[in-house]
Amino acid sequence: MKKHVIVIGGGPAGMEAAGQLIKNGYDVSLFEKDKTTGGHLNEWFKLFPDRRAGSEVLDYYKNLISGKDLKIINSTVVEKVGQSGGSLTVSTKEGIEHTADAVVIATGFDLFKSTRKEEYGYEIYDNVISSADLEAMFRKGAVITSEGKTPKNVGFVHCVGSRDEKVGNLYCSKLCCITAVKQAIEIKEHVPGTKVYCFYMDMRMGGAYYEELYREAQEEWGVNFIRGKVSEVSESINNRLIVKVEDTLAGRPLKMELDMLVLMAGMEMSEAGKKLASLTGLKTGDNRFFSPADHHYGSNRSNISGIFYAGACTMPMNITETISHARAAVADVIDYLKDSKR
Amino acid sequence: MDKFGFAISQQRQIDFEANRRDIAEYISEKEPSFRVCIECGCCAATCTTGNFTPFSLRELLILLKRGENDKVRDNINKCMLCGKCTLVCPRGVNTRNVISLAREAFQDRIKNAV
Amino acid sequence: MQFDPFIIPFNIGLYFILIYAVVRSVMWFRDLSKQDKLRLQRGFFGRSFGQSLKEIFMESLLHRKIFKTNFRLGYMHMSLAFGWFLLILFGTLEADIFGSSHLNAPYKAIFFKYFNPDHGRAGFEAVWSFVMDFLLAVILSGLIIAIIKRLYSRIVGMKKTTKLRPLDKVALTSLWMIFPSRLIAESFTSGAYGTGSFLTGSLGSWLASFLPAHEMAYPFWWLYSLSLGTFFVLLPLTRYMHIPTELFLIFARNSGITTGDKAGAFTDIQTYSCSSCGICIDACQLNFSTGITNIQSAYLLKGIRNNENVKDIAFNCLMCGRCDQKCPVGIELTPIRMLRRRAGETEHVEKSILKRYFPDKPSFNPVKVSEKPSFDFLPSSRPVKADVVYFAGCMTHLTPSIRNSMIKILDASGVKYKFIDENGGVCCGRPLMLAGQDKEARELINFNSKLILKSGAQTLVTSCPICYKVFRESYYLDIEVLHHTQFIKNLIDEGSLKLNFMRKKVVYHTPCDLGRGSGVYDEPRDVLRYVSRLQKTDFDNENSLCCGGSLGNMKISYKQKQIIAADAAARLTKDNPEILATSCPLCKKTLAAATETKVADIAEIVAEAIMLPNLMKEKSNPMLIVKEPVTI
Repeated sequence: MKKHVIVIGGGPAGMEAAGQLIKNGYDVSLFEKDKTTGGHLNEWFKLFPDRRAGSEVLDYYKNLISGKDLKIINSTVVEKVGQSGGSLTVSTKEGIEHTADAVVIATGFDLFKSTRKEEYGYEIYDNVISSADLEAMFRKGAVITSEGKTPKNVGFVHCVGSRDEKVGNLYCSKLCCITAVKQAIEIKEHVPGTKVYCFYMDMRMGGAYYEELYREAQEEWGVNFIRGKVSEVSESINNRLIVKVEDTLAGRPLKMELDMLVLMAGMEMSEAGKKLASLTGLKTGDNRFFSPADHHYGSNRSNISGIFYAGACTMPMNITETISHARAAVADVIDYLKDSKR
Repeated sequence: MDKFGFAISQQRQIDFEANRRDIAEYISEKEPSFRVCIECGCCAATCTTGNFTPFSLRELLILLKRGENDKVRDNINKCMLCGKCTLVCPRGVNTRNVISLAREAFQDRIKNAV
Repeated sequence: MQFDPFIIPFNIGLYFILIYAVVRSVMWFRDLSKQDKLRLQRGFFGRSFGQSLKEIFMESLLHRKIFKTNFRLGYMHMSLAFGWFLLILFGTLEADIFGSSHLNAPYKAIFFKYFNPDHGRAGFEAVWSFVMDFLLAVILSGLIIAIIKRLYSRIVGMKKTTKLRPLDKVALTSLWMIFPSRLIAESFTSGAYGTGSFLTGSLGSWLASFLPAHEMAYPFWWLYSLSLGTFFVLLPLTRYMHIPTELFLIFARNSGITTGDKAGAFTDIQTYSCSSCGICIDACQLNFSTGITNIQSAYLLKGIRNNENVKDIAFNCLMCGRCDQKCPVGIELTPIRMLRRRAGETEHVEKSILKRYFPDKPSFNPVKVSEKPSFDFLPSSRPVKADVVYFAGCMTHLTPSIRNSMIKILDASGVKYKFIDENGGVCCGRPLMLAGQDKEARELINFNSKLILKSGAQTLVTSCPICYKVFRESYYLDIEVLHHTQFIKNLIDEGSLKLNFMRKKVVYHTPCDLGRGSGVYDEPRDVLRYVSRLQKTDFDNENSLCCGGSLGNMKISYKQKQIIAADAAARLTKDNPEILATSCPLCKKTLAAATETKVADIAEIVAEAIMLPNLMKEKSNPMLIVKEPVTI
């Protein structure tokens, strides 16, 4: 009889893990809390660093998980994984239990809720939007202010909800910098005359071709980079946004009026993941993400045997890293099921 | 070197060895959060005093750490201690205590000199 | 003439302490300001005299307030204080009624049994003996609790008990010895003569059954007298000085004397009135949330009494005022701490014994970095004219939803107002005062005062309780100063603000500087009741918690502040309200970071309830209503 593996979460990590497990001849069920799989990738217009369409990656997944062996259970939230005898029991929010020989957790991340940085005025000033809101504009092909006008000056605030003790996140989400650079270029593509300013603490361009994109943004697109963390945002009488920041390299305070301000929201452990962790007894770290058994050679293993992690539920990851991490999880699952005597 | 018409000006350099960094060490010891500043400038951006006069806490903190104390001594009293910087600092630096300790340190130096 | 050498230690102690108390009182009186002297004279010979006597009876003897907080601790204090008082009273009467003469010297009452060993055999005498034994038993029961408390403080329900220094220990031991030695001395004497009631009589006859009672009694009478004498002589050097000082304090306070903003005799009296009971330690959030147990008011006052450098203690405090509310002696702990902060660093001087009995008045000469003003860069203020001026406050600029809500409320009410710190103002000065820098604060106060007075406004409204407190207390403004909750309450009462009732379940967190600091409790609650379903919490009004974000504490880390905030938020949201309401931008910011519950200022709740839909800015772009999560 085929061994049964349950994958929790139908984003890139979950789909990758499920697809690879099917290829290896397992019986796989994929649980997704939303109506469709795809996760955050569905919302994404273009991907960094090459600005290819997000839909291309979705197409790859369509092929990967289209086999009839994979059972996809949409609109279902998994709350708990229990151990009974040698197997695992996955309980949904509705209380239905499913048995599995191994479980891959791929619950991903939640976007930092920018309302928690009240001083930036998200949901207070109409033209303060999040990076995700901007993606929605790109998808619809209309980068416009709340008054329906073309923005002349757009600002990007880096590190919103990342590297910030005041919101309890000490870690760097590591993708927001490159996302800001990508989005800054896209703004210039959509609205060529617009001036774009990125307010950053540090530019963290560690990935493949990130630094090159940063350079391109400066060289070809004329994006301005200002080193300083925005302290607060207010509104002028004519409804323009005023940001207060220190240009730390010039050593002078800088006041700037903008038509639109984009908050580069960081990544946080998902709410669903938090609940799953506490009900299942899975260890989480100070950063609230799932804490793998070992950071070097056990990044897919959990503290419960038979339960594995894939993707951004363990730390902020880009798509490339997520896919690699999910494949590594599959290797661990295969290893585990081969050894188990059942 | 002189033939090029340039000379390395001593005033331009931070003389890291010669500068007295004891005030920075005193503050670090009493308020360890002083050490974790990353110079993001958020404090200076929100600063009530900075609204009226050139005053950057970020700058003063880095100068203290480099032992360039004179500018700090001349400016540190401009702070109103309103606490906005403490509230916005992403690193959780206890800025008000850092300033108080710096003032205290300069006071003690004056006392010792007298 | 009844006399024995063993009474000498007692007599020395007694007369010493009586004379000392008089001399010290005279010195304190001398050091009071002219006005306070007048107040005390009027109070002493006036109506408040009765009030003071009542308070002395209720608090110094019965310890009613301690009873309210903690029954066992209250019983301990009452049995020792009231029990001893009655023992002295009944003892004096006993000596008067049954002794050889009337109007006896005190020692005759104290050592009555020794001089009248045959007393108490039958009839009225026996009843009296029973009463005396009963009182002694009550005191001893209190003493047992005290000893247990010292050894295992948790047993009496106190989480923390204050730490002692050597001289206190000697005094404490002599205090502990007084009643057991009296018990044993009386018992031996009773045993030898076959007298005594249920306690001394029974114990005496049992002891006499195997010990030479007559011979054994004498050393214990010596011990009794020595214990009393030692205790009295050491009393001024220890925390037990609080016993006589508290009497002076009660009279002074009931005469209307307050701490004010200058250190003086009254501060001194309060400092010596602290019994180190430790109730302030239990009330302190730094203790019960973060486990910091060495900076509370009892330690501050002890440090001041012992002439120690208390700078680190003085600055490590949220200045929330919870301990002021709980202090059974009613010491104005937070004002004293404020004075201490201003005093700066004091050098520790080892004092001679004489100096310890008659300490110098503390003098502080803090060295200034420079004598030139700190804030001479401030521009001269340009006048704006309005009926009402709104001063948002520094912190409110970091909570734009409070600021915008206030603008909306002001606009909706039709008041002619001017937003004087719209583009950022000058700090109110209280943060500097909290840091002990009153002189510098005065510069800011002068600047803002000019700005406000030039506006010609009749009313000053502020959103920040920190500003509110200092505007009321330290500004010389001849206009009405209102916190925005009071202003909103007035608008509702006048009918100029029409609000919808929102069915939301709300709890209210009283900010320290608004509640305990300024006594504004009712208006915010009235406003909330008007627009929402206001629920009770265990921490309402005077018992409210500090959010942890206080500008008063310069010493604790952000992490520790967060722990206090999370603890406070958890206690306040125990019954799962929809909104945790407050009325301070700093409280809002601090609590919002510490709880999942929505935290909102009263102004925001009111702004949302305004019955004027045209004030609402429509979100014109449907694009912006879609707030979507990011993906990579």
